[in-house]
Amino acid sequence: MKDLLGLEKMTRAQIERILETTRPMKALFTRSIKKVPVLRGKTVALLFFEPSTRTRSSFELAAKRLSADTLNIAVATSSVTKGESLLDTAKTLEAMKVDFMVLRHSSSGAPDLVAPEVKARVINAGDGTHEHPTQGLLDMFTILEKKDRVDGLRIVIVGDVLHSRVARSNLWGLTKLGAQVTVCGPATLIPPGIREVFGKKVQVSFNLEEALRGADVINVLRLQRERQEGNYLPSLREYTELYGLNQNRLRLAKPDCLVLHPGPMNRGVEISSEVADGPRSMILEQVTNGIAVRMAVLYMFSGPNGFTLDPSEIEKENNAIEPALRDIA
Amino acid sequence: MNDIKKFSEGPLLIRGGRVVDPAHKRDGLMDVLVREGKIAQVGKNIKVSGDVSVLEARGLIVAPGLVDMHVHLREPGNEDAETIESGTRAAVAGGITSVVAMPNTRPPMDNVAGVRFILRKAEESGAARVWPTGTITRGRTGESLSEIGAMVGDGCVAITDDGASVANSQLLRRALEYAKVFDLVVIEHAEDRALMADGVMNEGPLATRLGYKGIPRQAEYVAVARDIALAELTGSRLHVAHLSTLESVELVRAAKKRGVRVTAEATPHHLTLTEDAVTRCGTNAKMNPPLRLKKDCEALVTGLVDGTIDAIASDHAPHTRSAKEQEFSVAPFGIIGLETLLPLAVTHLIRKKALSWTDLIRKISLNPAKILKLPVGHLGPAAPADVVLIDPNRTRTITSFCSLSQNSPFAGKTLTGFATVVIVGGRVVMRDGLLK
Repeated sequence: MKDLLGLEKMTRAQIERILETTRPMKALFTRSIKKVPVLRGKTVALLFFEPSTRTRSSFELAAKRLSADTLNIAVATSSVTKGESLLDTAKTLEAMKVDFMVLRHSSSGAPDLVAPEVKARVINAGDGTHEHPTQGLLDMFTILEKKDRVDGLRIVIVGDVLHSRVARSNLWGLTKLGAQVTVCGPATLIPPGIREVFGKKVQVSFNLEEALRGADVINVLRLQRERQEGNYLPSLREYTELYGLNQNRLRLAKPDCLVLHPGPMNRGVEISSEVADGPRSMILEQVTNGIAVRMAVLYMFSGPNGFTLDPSEIEKENNAIEPALRDIA
Repeated sequence: MNDIKKFSEGPLLIRGGRVVDPAHKRDGLMDVLVREGKIAQVGKNIKVSGDVSVLEARGLIVAPGLVDMHVHLREPGNEDAETIESGTRAAVAGGITSVVAMPNTRPPMDNVAGVRFILRKAEESGAARVWPTGTITRGRTGESLSEIGAMVGDGCVAITDDGASVANSQLLRRALEYAKVFDLVVIEHAEDRALMADGVMNEGPLATRLGYKGIPRQAEYVAVARDIALAELTGSRLHVAHLSTLESVELVRAAKKRGVRVTAEATPHHLTLTEDAVTRCGTNAKMNPPLRLKKDCEALVTGLVDGTIDAIASDHAPHTRSAKEQEFSVAPFGIIGLETLLPLAVTHLIRKKALSWTDLIRKISLNPAKILKLPVGHLGPAAPADVVLIDPNRTRTITSFCSLSQNSPFAGKTLTGFATVVIVGGRVVMRDGLLK
C-alpha cells in the first residue's frame, strides 16, 4: 500500500499493525531526547489547502521526531479559487523529490486524485467530508490504550456526522475492529444511507440520552457554527440543549466512559467545560497520541513498497526501529 | 448551413440497404435516390441512367440522418472545449446530421444577434446542420423573458434555460403561455435548484461513503411535477430534458395519459450507467442530472419502450482536460456524447431487443425533429437528403473522439453499431470514419 488515503481501504490487520507500532513511538515521548534517526534524509511536504493548526503541527512534529525534513506549504484558497491546479502543485512537489505529501484539502477525494500521479507517499490529512484516517487511528489508539480492546465496545459519535470526515474514518476503523457504534445527532446532520454503508454495526439515534446508556466511549464532534446558516439547526442554543455533552448526560454512560473530541472545541456548545476538563476527558491525550500515530504512519509507509504486512518486512522494520530506540535509552 | 442547396452535388443512389424510415412506415430492403440535395425516390430496384454515383448499402441500415436535440457546442465563449466546427464534426462522426444547440453559451443566446451568430458560424464551418435554441430568460438569469418572438423569427427552434430550471413558477408559466404564440416548445432542465444545493452526485450511500454532497432524486422530480402542472395550466408544449429518475418517468407517463402536451428525452448515459461509474470514471461520471441507480436505468428503458420517453439525446457537454482533471467537487458537470449516442443505443437497446430499428430511429431522428418542427428526420419525397448508413454489426473499442474534448466515461468501452456513411443535404460528409 503506497498511500494512506482512508481507513475504508484498510483491513483490520493493517489497522492493528499501525496501532501496535504507535506504542514504541509514544514511548519515545517520555525521553529527554524525543528524536530517532529512522527517516533521516527523507522529506515530508505538508500540503495544506485548508487552514489547520493542530493537524499540521502534529504531522510536522511527527516528521521531525523521526528526523525527516519538513516543507510547509499552506495554500490559502477555497475549493473554488482559481489558481494552480491541485495536480500541478502535486507534480511540482514531486519534481522537488519529496518523499511524502501530507495533504489536507476541502474537496473530498483530493488525495485519491493526487496519489496515482506521484511516486511520493500521499498521506490524507483530511479531505472534505470524506476521511481523516490519522484522526481515526489516533482515536482508536486512545481507546485501545485505556480499554485494551476495541472489539465489543459501545461507542457513541455525537454531532455533525454529515459533514464530518472524522466520523467517517472513525466509523470505518471502529467497525472493522469490532465495535458497536451509535451515531447521534439531529436528523439534518446524519448522512443519508449511513446504515447501508456501514451495516449492522452502526445504529442511528436522534436522542443523546438514549444513545449514551451503557456507552464505553463518546466521541464528540465539533459543531461548525455555519451549520445554523444552512438551516441544519435552528440555533446553537437548541443544539446544546439537545446534543451538548454535559456532566448530567455523561452519568448515563458507563462510569469509566471515555470522552473524545477531535478539537478544536466549542466549549459550551457541543461539550461543557466541566466534561472537557474532567477526569473522563481524553482530549489532551488524543493530541499526544496524534503525534505518535502519525510517526507510526510516516515510518511504516516509508518503505520501498509502502506499507506492508509482509512478515520479513515487518521484521526489518522492527530491527530498524528497536536499535534506534535503544540508542537513545 | 440549413440551406439545403449548399450541399448539393450530383445524384446519388444508395442501393440495397435496409431502409428504416418510421415516418413513412418503411422497413425493408430498398434503394434511396438522392438528387439536388433532396430525397428523390425510395423504393425497390430503382433504375437510374446517366451520371449517378452508387453507394452499396448491402447489410447496412439506411435511415434518416440522426437528430440530437440536446448539444452544447460551447461557441461562443468556451472554444477551447468545443467549437461549432469541431462539435458538428463529432456529430457527423457519430451519424448525427442535425444538432440542436443549447443556448447556455457565454454570453447566453438570449437575442437575435446570438441566434444569427450561431447560424452564420454553422454555415461557415459546420459539418452538420445546426438548429439554434434561445434562452427562456434574459442572460439565463431566470428573471425576465428573452425576446422570444424575435429569436423565433431568425431561426430559433426552442427555448430553454438548460443548465438550470426556471425557478420562478410564475415566470415559467408566462414563458409557456408566450411560447404558444409561436407553437414553440419550451425545454426544461427540471431541477429544484435549492434542493440540489451544492450536490455533485446522486444522494445516497455511495455519496456518503465518498464524502460527496448528494443531489436527491427528488430535486428532479419535484421540478418535473411542477413543470407538468404548468404545461397543464397553460396548454403549452413542454419538453423535459434528460430524465434521470424512475419517478420522473412515471410523472411524464401519467401526464401524457391525461393529455398534457409533454414530451421527454433520456440520455444514453442515464440509460446505461449507474452512480457506481463515479468510482470508476471520477469526474467523467459527473453530470447533471447525476447518474442514479439500476432501477432508474430500467425505468428509463421501459419509458422508451412504451413511448413515455420520445427521444434519446446526448446532452453532449464538452469540457477541457484541465477542467475535468480537478477535485470532484470543483470539476464541471457534463460529458461528451455525440460520437457514442448511436453505438450505445445499438449495443444496449437494439442488441438487447428492447427496441426495434424502427423504434430506435424514431427516438433519435423522427421524434426530435417532430418535437422541434424540423423538416428533417424522414425520407419523404423532397425531404432534405440527410441520410445515415449504419453497420449494425461493426464493433469497435472507443479510443479517441473527434470532439475537441475527451471527457467520456465510455472511453475504452467496446461497442457495436456505428455509422459508416453520413450524408447531409445530399453530400457525403463522412465515410468509414473519414470526415470530409
